[in-house]
Amino acid sequence: MTERAPVHLSADSEEMEISFGPQHPATHGVLRVMVKIDGERIVETKPVIGYLHRGTEKIFERETYNGCIPHTDRMDYTAAATNNQGLVGAVEKMMGITIPPRAAYIRMMLAELQRIASHTIWLGTHALDIGAQSPFFYTFEEREKILDLYEEYCGARLTLNAMRVGGQPFDLPSGWTDRCRAFIDQLPAKIADWERLLTKNRIWKLRTVGIGVMSGADAIEWGLTGPPLRGSGVKWDVRKVFPYDHYEEMEFDIPIGTNGDTYDRYLVRMEEMRQSVRIVRQCLDRLPDGPVMAKVPKVIKPPKGEVYFSVEGPKGELGYYVVSDGTDKPYRLHVRPACFINLQALPELVRGHLVADLIAVIGTLDIVLGEIDR
Amino acid sequence: MTTPWMTYLLIPLIKIVVILVVLILLAAYLSWFERRILAFMQIRIGPNRVWPKGWLQAIADALKLFSKEDVIPARAEKLVFLLGPVLATAPALIVFSVIPFGPSDLLRLTDVNIGILFILGVASVGIYGIILGGWASNNKFSLMGGLRSAAQLISYEVPMGFAVVTVVLMANSLSLVKIVEAQKAQHVWFAFPGWLAIPGLIAFFIYFICGVAETNRNPFDLPEAESELVAGFHTEYSGMKFAFYFLAEYANMVVIASIATVLFLGGWLRPFPNVAALAFLDVIPPIVWFFAKVAVFLFVYIWFRGTFPRYRFDQLMALGWKVFIPVSLINLMAVGLGILLLGGPR
Amino acid sequence: MADQDTGAPVAPAAPKPPWEEKPVPATPQDAREHPQVRELAEHVGDGILEAVEFAGQVTVTVGLERLVEVCRACKDRLGYGYLVDLTAVDWKDRAEGRFDIVYWLHRHAGEQRLRLKVRVAEGAEAPTVTTVWKTANWMEREVFDMFGVYFAGHPNLERILTWEGFNGHPLRKDFPIEGIDTGAAIYPDVYPPGGGPVSGGEEGA
Repeated sequence: MTERAPVHLSADSEEMEISFGPQHPATHGVLRVMVKIDGERIVETKPVIGYLHRGTEKIFERETYNGCIPHTDRMDYTAAATNNQGLVGAVEKMMGITIPPRAAYIRMMLAELQRIASHTIWLGTHALDIGAQSPFFYTFEEREKILDLYEEYCGARLTLNAMRVGGQPFDLPSGWTDRCRAFIDQLPAKIADWERLLTKNRIWKLRTVGIGVMSGADAIEWGLTGPPLRGSGVKWDVRKVFPYDHYEEMEFDIPIGTNGDTYDRYLVRMEEMRQSVRIVRQCLDRLPDGPVMAKVPKVIKPPKGEVYFSVEGPKGELGYYVVSDGTDKPYRLHVRPACFINLQALPELVRGHLVADLIAVIGTLDIVLGEIDR
Repeated sequence: MTTPWMTYLLIPLIKIVVILVVLILLAAYLSWFERRILAFMQIRIGPNRVWPKGWLQAIADALKLFSKEDVIPARAEKLVFLLGPVLATAPALIVFSVIPFGPSDLLRLTDVNIGILFILGVASVGIYGIILGGWASNNKFSLMGGLRSAAQLISYEVPMGFAVVTVVLMANSLSLVKIVEAQKAQHVWFAFPGWLAIPGLIAFFIYFICGVAETNRNPFDLPEAESELVAGFHTEYSGMKFAFYFLAEYANMVVIASIATVLFLGGWLRPFPNVAALAFLDVIPPIVWFFAKVAVFLFVYIWFRGTFPRYRFDQLMALGWKVFIPVSLINLMAVGLGILLLGGPR
Repeated sequence: MADQDTGAPVAPAAPKPPWEEKPVPATPQDAREHPQVRELAEHVGDGILEAVEFAGQVTVTVGLERLVEVCRACKDRLGYGYLVDLTAVDWKDRAEGRFDIVYWLHRHAGEQRLRLKVRVAEGAEAPTVTTVWKTANWMEREVFDMFGVYFAGHPNLERILTWEGFNGHPLRKDFPIEGIDTGAAIYPDVYPPGGGPVSGGEEGA
């Protein structure tokens, strides 16, 4: 018989190292977390990433600016629209392009629908991690409808490639606004349904309240952005602080939490979906006429210089740092990935918790490995 | 006409075979029903292809599992690894020997006068299958699943036992048949005893919830918590051995539901056995009543799975030790006191 | 609805809307007099080597030896509590040091941002700023991994996106985009050294 690790039968507890992932049902892709546990209590956590590294930033350097856009789709593959928005925004800022208002409104609609779509994935998988199966299917039903709207607009459901430097590649197809409005009108009732299943559920609260707590000051220190930051009570949103497109014309609230725990982050995201509904509705109401593409040169050649432009992605601040040497290809294009930096706080958030909480906290950070590893 | 040979060997053998076949089919079809019902709850369709309308899906699943390669991990403790699924499945099947499906002697294998003790004793053995299987796999996730299972067992056997003793007090017997007959004699189900209505209900709920925990079903499915422990104690099991664990889980569900039916819901009795006006309900044979009640229980099991998130390990233990044990103990004492003061069951 | 009529007519008398004008690209301007820079200069004096404003964003170049001091001043005295981003740029043939390390700071009071930059020669070490902002930890690891810039005093300077034993720094300009023969395997106990997934083309080919 092959040798076995010796079994100790003593009352002393012993630390055990266990590797969650890279293939594990609850690590949302190929995250690997090395956990040292004492019984079920977590002593030390070490996230190991890079399993999905594709060298996106290197690939950017050989692509033209518009050619980079499809690669951004594949970073946070649950939120392609906001990824596109960040990159085109950065280049437009460098080149001094003002996009037509209709294009900006379309972008905002796509981005807010994407936020809803991303949050529905988050809710479904987060609930699944905590053991509630059904919300996963309910949320994915709504997400499918959003993807249908995308498909109608740009032909793609996931990797949209839906924006270009200088505006939008196409106008909205006829009837799109009606279908979008129909979707938006029925969504709040669905969100209320999901909340009815979870928000006041005793077990859900037991599993999320007080789990993975981070104070607002710590959240800033760790560079958290997006719902993890707002869940800690910091009222900060790129859309309000540095409005891009036409967010300054939109009325919406920034939901914040009070305790900075998993439950607050859950509430923040749920409210964000409602606020996104609000924004899309305003966009539909005020959608201006006009062209969707500004007058831009055939070859995009930003001036020599560097610019950083960020958008509020569903996961947090998604930034693009573009260094141009005056040619038609970026000299360096760096992405500030929100998930990468949010994930960094994982060991801090789970210290002293149980194994089950680790899964809950990974879920609440809403990470996408495509963006972390790039 | 009846020879001892027939009474003691042939008839029991036939009964055993029938019960085993029925139970295994029931467990297999329970999994199919679960998938259909869950699918219905989750806006999906569920298995509907295997002819006709998915009815043979359970059989197809079983065939597939039996024909799979039997993998034993290189560093597993082979004997214990093999023993695990057997230990888990056998008790679940054995328990059925004392469960009365109807008033007739034909509808049960045997009536032991310590039936409840037998059930409590045998059912607890099943958990060893999980602990040993988890340990023998030589996998950290399995080990954690097995340990969780052990902790869960001690937290939940105790309140469950108290809840059962409450019924024993009410019926004044340990025999399952006598318990049902006592419910008939007292014209009530023990979940709603005519006198002291509340304690009966409390005991019923405690028994049922502990039963969910004992079968490792959602929201207490910690030993196999998929999102945490991959598949918990049966991570390394595949093929037929996995099928046995699977069978054990579903057979256990049927067992818990059957015992709950016998103890609290009047077994094969019709609803409101005390109301003469409902006597027309007796047209329906007792065994149908029995299985209808079991089916309701099983549906609730599945409903739980479609609705609840999972408890955390320590929260589940806290619930067992800090809530259920005190409540069931006080409940037991209240029933005892009630019997003392108000007179025992007639 | 408004979906179909794209080229809506613009009133002829009105000036052309900005999106029909030829865009005016951003140009760099000296920013020594920019309030954010002057404020910083008060605290670090001659630590500022250069200050440029481009597209409304201020970049301050500081000396490598004074970097931590400047960062401390930015965080503690000027309130730049949030390190948004930390990355590097490879200027392969530049004389004054091959790499730019770029720090992008944010302060919540006034919602202002400031970019710090240091130049690091190849082989030289940059001081770590993890002591100033905790979040710099992984970002510096990424820069180390991608550019091979060492950060002195970093608590855990390991590769983060590529694997341990990877032999190269992919975002350097002299790293071929097709990849290299890494010379080290992902699984050293399975592949002999140099026998791992190899040069160019598809992995495992």
